[in-house]
Amino acid sequence: MNSVGEGCTELKREYDQCFNRWFAEKFLKGERSGDPCTELFKQYQTCVQKAIKEKDIPIDGVEFMGPNKEKPGS
Amino acid sequence: MVKYFSCVGFLKGTWDQVFAAFWQRYPNPYSNHVLTEDIVFREVTPDNRLLSRRLLTKTSRAPRWAEKFLPSHMARKAYIIEDSVVDSNNRTMVTLTWNISHARVMSVEERCVYRVNPDNSNWTEIKREAWISSSLYGLSRAVQEFGLARFKSSVTKTMKGFEYVLAKMQGETPTRTLAETATERARETALAAKEKAKGFASQAQKKQYV
Repeated sequence: MNSVGEGCTELKREYDQCFNRWFAEKFLKGERSGDPCTELFKQYQTCVQKAIKEKDIPIDGVEFMGPNKEKPGS
Repeated sequence: MVKYFSCVGFLKGTWDQVFAAFWQRYPNPYSNHVLTEDIVFREVTPDNRLLSRRLLTKTSRAPRWAEKFLPSHMARKAYIIEDSVVDSNNRTMVTLTWNISHARVMSVEERCVYRVNPDNSNWTEIKREAWISSSLYGLSRAVQEFGLARFKSSVTKTMKGFEYVLAKMQGETPTRTLAETATERARETALAAKEKAKGFASQAQKKQYV
Protein backbone atom coordinates (compact mmCIF):
# COMPACT_ATOMS: atom_id res chain seq x y z
CA MET A 1 0.00 0.00 0.00
CA ASN A 2 1.35 3.42 -0.89
CA SER A 3 1.98 6.27 1.48
CA VAL A 4 0.37 9.65 0.86
CA GLY A 5 3.92 10.93 0.59
CA GLU A 6 5.25 9.47 -2.62
CA GLY A 7 8.79 9.23 -1.27
CA CYS A 8 7.72 7.69 2.02
CA THR A 9 6.36 4.34 0.86
CA GLU A 10 9.59 2.43 1.44
CA LEU A 11 9.96 3.85 4.96
CA LYS A 12 6.33 3.02 5.62
CA ARG A 13 6.79 -0.61 4.54
CA GLU A 14 9.84 -1.10 6.71
CA TYR A 15 8.03 0.34 9.70
CA ASP A 16 4.90 -1.74 8.99
CA GLN A 17 6.92 -4.97 8.86
CA CYS A 18 8.55 -4.17 12.19
CA PHE A 19 5.23 -3.15 13.75
CA ASN A 20 3.31 -6.22 12.52
CA ARG A 21 5.92 -8.53 14.02
CA TRP A 22 5.96 -6.71 17.36
CA PHE A 23 2.17 -6.44 17.45
CA ALA A 24 1.54 -10.19 16.94
CA GLU A 25 4.48 -11.53 18.94
CA LYS A 26 4.62 -9.08 21.86
CA PHE A 27 1.76 -6.67 22.20
CA LEU A 28 -1.13 -9.13 21.71
CA LYS A 29 0.49 -11.49 24.21
CA GLY A 30 0.50 -8.78 26.85
CA GLU A 31 4.28 -8.47 26.88
CA ARG A 32 5.27 -5.03 27.99
CA SER A 33 8.71 -5.10 26.41
CA GLY A 34 9.89 -1.94 24.70
CA ASP A 35 8.79 -1.01 21.20
CA PRO A 36 11.64 -2.02 18.83
CA CYS A 37 10.26 0.09 16.01
CA THR A 38 10.69 3.61 17.38
CA GLU A 39 13.62 4.52 15.12
CA LEU A 40 11.87 3.30 11.99
CA PHE A 41 8.72 5.11 13.09
CA LYS A 42 10.58 8.38 13.57
CA GLN A 43 12.08 8.24 10.09
CA TYR A 44 8.74 7.35 8.55
CA GLN A 45 6.94 10.13 10.44
CA THR A 46 9.44 12.79 9.45
CA CYS A 47 8.72 11.94 5.84
CA VAL A 48 4.96 11.54 6.00
CA GLN A 49 4.23 14.56 8.23
CA LYS A 50 6.10 16.73 5.72
CA ALA A 51 3.99 15.33 2.88
CA ILE A 52 0.81 15.97 4.87
CA LYS A 53 1.77 19.62 5.36
CA GLU A 54 2.69 20.04 1.72
CA LYS A 55 -0.63 18.61 0.60
CA ASP A 56 -2.56 20.70 3.13
CA ILE A 57 -4.31 17.67 4.59
CA PRO A 58 -6.29 19.00 7.57
CA ILE A 59 -5.29 16.58 10.33
CA ASP A 60 -3.73 19.17 12.61
CA GLY A 61 -5.49 19.66 15.92
CA VAL A 62 -8.03 16.91 15.29
CA GLU A 63 -8.69 15.40 18.71
CA PHE A 64 -8.09 11.66 19.12
CA MET A 65 -11.44 9.89 18.81
CA GLY A 66 -12.71 13.43 18.28
CA PRO A 67 -16.24 12.85 16.99
CA ASN A 68 -16.90 10.17 19.63
CA LYS A 69 -19.69 12.06 21.34
CA GLU A 70 -23.08 10.73 22.38
CA LYS A 71 -25.24 10.62 19.32
CA PRO A 72 -28.96 9.84 18.95
CA GLY A 73 -29.83 6.51 17.42
CA SER A 74 -33.00 6.42 15.34
CA MET B 1 -30.86 15.57 10.52
CA VAL B 2 -28.75 12.45 10.77
CA LYS B 3 -29.18 8.98 9.35
CA TYR B 4 -28.25 6.26 11.81
CA PHE B 5 -27.23 2.74 10.91
CA SER B 6 -26.08 -0.19 12.98
CA CYS B 7 -25.31 -3.84 12.42
CA VAL B 8 -23.48 -6.71 14.05
CA GLY B 9 -21.29 -9.03 12.05
CA PHE B 10 -18.57 -11.49 12.75
CA LEU B 11 -15.33 -12.70 11.29
CA LYS B 12 -14.28 -16.34 11.43
CA GLY B 13 -11.00 -15.66 13.14
CA THR B 14 -9.78 -15.43 16.70
CA TRP B 15 -9.47 -11.98 18.22
CA ASP B 16 -5.67 -11.92 17.87
CA GLN B 17 -5.82 -12.97 14.22
CA VAL B 18 -8.44 -10.32 13.49
CA PHE B 19 -6.56 -7.56 15.30
CA ALA B 20 -3.36 -8.45 13.43
CA ALA B 21 -5.29 -8.58 10.13
CA PHE B 22 -6.72 -5.13 10.88
CA TRP B 23 -3.30 -3.60 10.27
CA GLN B 24 -2.79 -5.61 7.09
CA ARG B 25 -6.16 -5.05 5.43
CA TYR B 26 -4.83 -2.96 2.58
CA PRO B 27 -4.49 -3.65 -0.22
CA ASN B 28 -7.08 -6.34 -0.87
CA PRO B 29 -9.21 -7.19 -3.91
CA TYR B 30 -12.09 -5.10 -2.54
CA SER B 31 -10.12 -1.98 -1.74
CA ASN B 32 -9.27 -0.52 -5.14
CA HIS B 33 -10.79 2.76 -4.05
CA VAL B 34 -8.23 3.10 -1.24
CA LEU B 35 -5.28 4.99 -2.67
CA THR B 36 -2.96 5.53 0.29
CA GLU B 37 -2.65 4.41 3.89
CA ASP B 38 -0.46 5.92 6.62
CA ILE B 39 -0.08 5.63 10.36
CA VAL B 40 0.28 9.22 11.56
CA PHE B 41 0.15 8.67 15.30
CA ARG B 42 0.81 5.75 17.58
CA GLU B 43 1.23 5.35 21.32
CA VAL B 44 1.16 2.55 23.89
CA THR B 45 -0.53 3.76 27.07
CA PRO B 46 0.75 2.89 30.57
CA ASP B 47 -2.12 0.39 30.86
CA ASN B 48 -0.96 -1.31 27.67
CA ARG B 49 -3.55 -0.11 25.21
CA LEU B 50 -2.43 0.75 21.69
CA LEU B 51 -3.68 4.07 20.32
CA SER B 52 -3.27 4.65 16.61
CA ARG B 53 -4.40 7.08 13.98
CA ARG B 54 -4.49 5.99 10.36
CA LEU B 55 -4.88 8.43 7.48
CA LEU B 56 -6.48 7.08 4.33
CA THR B 57 -6.95 8.60 0.91
CA LYS B 58 -9.86 7.22 -1.05
CA THR B 59 -11.35 8.01 -4.41
CA SER B 60 -14.39 10.20 -3.98
CA ARG B 61 -17.32 9.00 -6.00
CA ALA B 62 -20.32 11.26 -6.35
CA PRO B 63 -23.38 10.09 -8.28
CA ARG B 64 -23.93 11.95 -11.53
CA TRP B 65 -27.08 13.67 -10.34
CA ALA B 66 -25.14 15.25 -7.47
CA GLU B 67 -22.19 16.39 -9.56
CA LYS B 68 -24.24 19.28 -10.97
CA PHE B 69 -24.63 20.70 -7.48
CA LEU B 70 -21.08 20.28 -6.30
CA PRO B 71 -18.34 22.86 -6.90
CA SER B 72 -16.58 22.04 -10.16
CA HIS B 73 -13.19 22.13 -8.48
CA MET B 74 -14.18 19.66 -5.77
CA ALA B 75 -11.46 17.13 -5.22
CA ARG B 76 -11.85 13.58 -6.48
CA LYS B 77 -9.87 12.35 -3.50
CA ALA B 78 -11.26 12.12 0.01
CA TYR B 79 -9.27 12.07 3.25
CA ILE B 80 -10.39 9.81 6.04
CA ILE B 81 -9.11 9.41 9.57
CA GLU B 82 -9.41 6.16 11.50
CA ASP B 83 -8.60 6.28 15.21
CA SER B 84 -8.35 3.02 17.13
CA VAL B 85 -7.73 1.67 20.60
CA VAL B 86 -6.58 -1.93 20.93
CA ASP B 87 -6.85 -3.45 24.40
CA SER B 88 -5.01 -6.76 24.49
CA ASN B 89 -6.03 -7.38 28.11
CA ASN B 90 -9.77 -7.15 27.40
CA ARG B 91 -9.31 -8.50 23.86
CA THR B 92 -11.31 -5.62 22.45
CA MET B 93 -10.75 -2.95 19.86
CA VAL B 94 -12.70 0.22 19.27
CA THR B 95 -12.34 2.18 16.05
CA LEU B 96 -13.73 5.52 14.94
CA THR B 97 -13.55 6.49 11.28
CA TRP B 98 -14.69 9.74 9.71
CA ASN B 99 -13.98 11.91 6.68
CA ILE B 100 -12.05 15.14 7.14
CA SER B 101 -12.67 16.34 3.60
CA HIS B 102 -16.01 16.95 1.85
CA ALA B 103 -17.54 16.99 5.32
CA ARG B 104 -20.10 19.67 4.55
CA VAL B 105 -21.27 17.77 1.49
CA MET B 106 -21.58 14.56 3.44
CA SER B 107 -20.20 13.46 6.75
CA VAL B 108 -19.93 9.77 7.60
CA GLU B 109 -18.78 8.64 11.03
CA GLU B 110 -18.42 4.99 11.81
CA ARG B 111 -17.76 3.42 15.19
CA CYS B 112 -16.85 -0.26 15.50
CA VAL B 113 -16.38 -2.40 18.57
CA TYR B 114 -14.53 -5.67 18.09
CA ARG B 115 -14.73 -8.34 20.73
CA VAL B 116 -14.57 -12.12 21.17
CA ASN B 117 -17.82 -13.58 19.87
CA PRO B 118 -19.77 -14.57 23.00
CA ASP B 119 -21.22 -17.63 21.24
CA ASN B 120 -18.02 -18.86 19.68
CA SER B 121 -14.69 -17.86 21.15
CA ASN B 122 -12.92 -18.71 17.88
CA TRP B 123 -14.77 -15.92 16.15
CA THR B 124 -14.73 -12.18 16.50
CA GLU B 125 -17.82 -10.03 16.69
CA ILE B 126 -17.92 -6.56 15.09
CA LYS B 127 -20.61 -4.16 16.24
CA ARG B 128 -20.83 -1.32 13.76
CA GLU B 129 -22.64 2.02 14.00
CA ALA B 130 -22.69 4.88 11.54
CA TRP B 131 -24.02 8.42 11.46
CA ILE B 132 -24.51 9.99 8.07
CA SER B 133 -25.38 13.65 7.63
CA SER B 134 -25.24 16.34 5.02
CA SER B 135 -25.45 20.13 5.18
CA LEU B 136 -26.09 20.63 1.48
CA TYR B 137 -28.96 23.06 1.28
CA GLY B 138 -32.04 21.47 -0.25
CA LEU B 139 -30.29 18.20 -1.03
CA SER B 140 -29.37 16.93 2.39
CA ARG B 141 -31.98 14.22 2.48
CA ALA B 142 -31.07 12.83 -0.96
CA VAL B 143 -27.39 12.94 -0.09
CA GLN B 144 -28.01 11.16 3.19
CA GLU B 145 -29.98 8.40 1.44
CA PHE B 146 -27.21 8.02 -1.09
CA GLY B 147 -24.65 8.05 1.70
CA LEU B 148 -26.48 5.36 3.64
CA ALA B 149 -26.84 3.11 0.58
CA ARG B 150 -23.19 3.53 -0.26
CA PHE B 151 -22.15 2.90 3.34
CA LYS B 152 -24.04 -0.39 3.42
CA SER B 153 -22.36 -1.60 0.25
CA SER B 154 -18.99 -0.49 1.56
CA VAL B 155 -19.56 -2.55 4.73
CA THR B 156 -19.94 -5.59 2.47
CA LYS B 157 -16.64 -4.78 0.75
CA THR B 158 -14.94 -4.13 4.08
CA MET B 159 -15.98 -7.52 5.45
CA LYS B 160 -15.01 -9.32 2.25
CA GLY B 161 -11.61 -7.66 2.27
CA PHE B 162 -11.10 -8.51 5.93
CA GLU B 163 -12.12 -12.15 5.37
CA TYR B 164 -9.75 -12.36 2.42
CA VAL B 165 -6.79 -11.12 4.44
CA LEU B 166 -7.73 -13.34 7.41
CA ALA B 167 -7.99 -16.45 5.22
CA LYS B 168 -4.54 -15.75 3.78
CA MET B 169 -3.13 -15.36 7.27
CA GLN B 170 -4.75 -18.52 8.61
CA GLY B 171 -3.02 -20.67 5.99
CA GLU B 172 -2.55 -24.44 6.13
CA THR B 173 0.15 -24.87 8.78
CA PRO B 174 -1.59 -26.19 11.93
CA THR B 175 1.67 -27.09 13.67
CA ARG B 176 2.65 -23.43 13.95
CA THR B 177 1.30 -21.10 16.57
CA LEU B 178 -1.23 -18.55 15.46
CA ALA B 179 1.18 -15.72 15.95
CA GLU B 180 3.94 -17.39 13.98
CA THR B 181 1.57 -18.09 11.13
CA ALA B 182 0.29 -14.53 11.22
CA THR B 183 3.81 -13.14 11.27
CA GLU B 184 4.91 -15.35 8.42
CA ARG B 185 1.85 -14.36 6.39
CA ALA B 186 2.44 -10.75 7.24
CA ARG B 187 5.97 -11.00 5.92
CA GLU B 188 4.80 -12.82 2.81
CA THR B 189 2.08 -10.30 2.21
CA ALA B 190 4.48 -7.41 2.70
CA LEU B 191 6.95 -9.07 0.39
CA ALA B 192 4.33 -9.74 -2.28
CA ALA B 193 3.16 -6.17 -2.08
CA LYS B 194 6.71 -4.94 -2.43
CA GLU B 195 7.44 -7.11 -5.44
CA LYS B 196 4.19 -6.25 -7.10
CA ALA B 197 4.53 -2.54 -6.62
CA LYS B 198 8.16 -2.11 -7.49
CA GLY B 199 9.28 -5.32 -9.15
CA PHE B 200 12.32 -5.37 -6.90
CA ALA B 201 12.87 -9.07 -7.29
CA SER B 202 16.53 -8.78 -6.37
CA GLN B 203 15.69 -6.97 -3.14
CA ALA B 204 13.36 -9.80 -2.19
CA GLN B 205 16.14 -12.30 -2.58
CA LYS B 206 18.32 -10.36 -0.18
CA LYS B 207 15.76 -10.43 2.63
CA GLN B 208 15.69 -13.54 4.76
CA TYR B 209 12.51 -14.92 6.20
CA VAL B 210 12.67 -17.61 8.83
